[in-house]
Amino acid sequence: MNATQASIADLAKRTRRAAKYRDENRRPWTFWVLVALFAAYVLALYGPMLCIYVLSFQDLRGGLVFPMKGLSLHWFVDLFTQVRTGDVKGGFERSIILAILVTVLTVVGSFMAGLAFRRRFRGDGIVFYLMIGSLVAPGLVLGIGIGLLFQYFGLTASWYTSALGAQLSWTLPFGVLVMFAVMSRFDRAWEEAARDLGASRWQIIRMIVIPILAPGIVAVALFGFTLSYDEFSRTLQTSGPLNTLPLEIWSMTLNVTSPSLYALGTVTTLASFLIIGVCLGAIAVMQKRRSNQSGSQQ
Amino acid sequence: MTITTGDIELAGVYKHFGGMAAVDGVSLKIPDGAYCCFLGPSGCGKTTILRMIAGHEDPTGGEILIGGEDVAGLPPVQRRTAMMFQSYALFPHLSVRDNVAFPLRVRGQSRAERFKVADAMLEKVRLTELANRLPGQLSGGQQQRVALARAAITEPRVLLLDEPLSALDEQLRIQMRTELRRMQRELGITFVHVTHTQLEAIALADIVVVMEKGKIKQAGPAREVYAQPHDRYVAEFLGGQNVFSGKITHVNGSSVTVSAPDASAIVVPLMGRSVVRGGDHVDLAVRRDDIHLRRPGLTVEPGWNAISTRIRTIEYQGAFVKVMLDTIGEAEFVAYVPEREFFSDAFNVGDAVAAAWPAERSLLLS
Repeated sequence: MNATQASIADLAKRTRRAAKYRDENRRPWTFWVLVALFAAYVLALYGPMLCIYVLSFQDLRGGLVFPMKGLSLHWFVDLFTQVRTGDVKGGFERSIILAILVTVLTVVGSFMAGLAFRRRFRGDGIVFYLMIGSLVAPGLVLGIGIGLLFQYFGLTASWYTSALGAQLSWTLPFGVLVMFAVMSRFDRAWEEAARDLGASRWQIIRMIVIPILAPGIVAVALFGFTLSYDEFSRTLQTSGPLNTLPLEIWSMTLNVTSPSLYALGTVTTLASFLIIGVCLGAIAVMQKRRSNQSGSQQ
Repeated sequence: MTITTGDIELAGVYKHFGGMAAVDGVSLKIPDGAYCCFLGPSGCGKTTILRMIAGHEDPTGGEILIGGEDVAGLPPVQRRTAMMFQSYALFPHLSVRDNVAFPLRVRGQSRAERFKVADAMLEKVRLTELANRLPGQLSGGQQQRVALARAAITEPRVLLLDEPLSALDEQLRIQMRTELRRMQRELGITFVHVTHTQLEAIALADIVVVMEKGKIKQAGPAREVYAQPHDRYVAEFLGGQNVFSGKITHVNGSSVTVSAPDASAIVVPLMGRSVVRGGDHVDLAVRRDDIHLRRPGLTVEPGWNAISTRIRTIEYQGAFVKVMLDTIGEAEFVAYVPEREFFSDAFNVGDAVAAAWPAERSLLLS
């Protein structure tokens, strides 16, 4: 057998082997190891939360640990009727209002910072690192500092002043970073073209910049809202006499020993998912409308 | 003040970017309704000139007049200019119709009103069926037509085009080139077109402006710039010429004799230039399609220049054959031979030949 025949035979063998892989759609064993690893990760991520949701649906006999005793909505009713469980309703209201305030300020602030940082300006590096600094500073320390400062100036700390500021020190840098990523895909030629075609500055912002960046702006809002809604460390020392929801839950874990605590967990999670769902839905609708505008009217 | 005509005058225009002169004293007149191409390599200042005419950049010095009016400080709309951007800059969130109607929207026209005008314009550029599409769903050529329609809808007197064909592939580029020229004739307005492709410039323009390092090297009709380049830079940039340097050995009233490293006694007409002396170093150009190849030993017609040389490579180009010959000094030496003529007595690589051309076709460069 000469060299050419040998190489042809080899080629045929390799072709058959490749075909076999294709036919059986076989995956290498490493694939299954990684699948197992990922499954374990997902379980570790959602397992503990699922335990809480499941245990919140027990009846009157229910306790804080497995096994599950009965099935009812008793502890949800308890949550909103019993006084001893703490000021859940008030905490929830305050958290929502605070989150909305934080969201609006974060969106407006990040958008303007995003516009400003498209050009270099004197001291832009310092401003940027100062901002990142407040992101990496330990939240508890930052919160204590704000609390101290308010005391020093004789101001009353409250959830809508000192806590609002403390939360913005967290959400604003986050929002700005997301905005940078969003802005980086914005072509300045669009603005220039709009100007060339006679649009005023305000018209450019309203008709070009905001609509094009809209999905990104919703993403920033979503960040602002969820970061604020479950913020704990920065709010702890700055919320004043009235608690936000996370603080209320935390204080309840210290003195409430019934599954109503779990019921609370379930309710707040639902609220979070609802808001995230609405935001993602909004983004999806926006994108769909863009691509539909085309086909439907023809 | 209203601008009614699209003639442009640049008077000593400068533009500095932090000490660097991007545009270095440019003066030029472009008549109303002309198609003018700025041609040059990237960084030569041609786009900056365009942006200054458009009002997106303010000159550091000098004056820009459109329709006889000084437009310093005026926004684009009042200059009656419209710009077509390199990447078209179509608004990605608006349909084709909304894109084209955008200039009317910002002027406060009602939906019905502006859509009527936009639809008429879309018909002109043959995009009616695509009116509801988004820019992302269009091909490059279609996008360009939308950009053109959007720029033209405000009835500008001057349309400024920044490398309008560079985003298209070869075939489409030639097609859109024709379309641009057609639109320019139809609209009857001044087009100022920036490009780095010489073929594009000479195919389209009434006036070709060749630029280098912020300065105009030569401006004139396409044929003049191509066939009578003023200097080495223009000749080399537009191509189609053999350019080489030599030393004047003899001056004779109406012509000079030049000798180059690998060629002697090339006769070049003076064409009114009298500032040359024997011993001067000069650049000269001969069009590649003026070169005739002869078998060695054949007599050359009187009044012709001939250089003995050798064939290096032969490239078939369809309509003609590109024959590369031994260099003259360091300069490329190329002959474009009509296809039929070449194959009636084909040469081979390595053949010794005489490259000959009528002496009066040589061009002395400054």
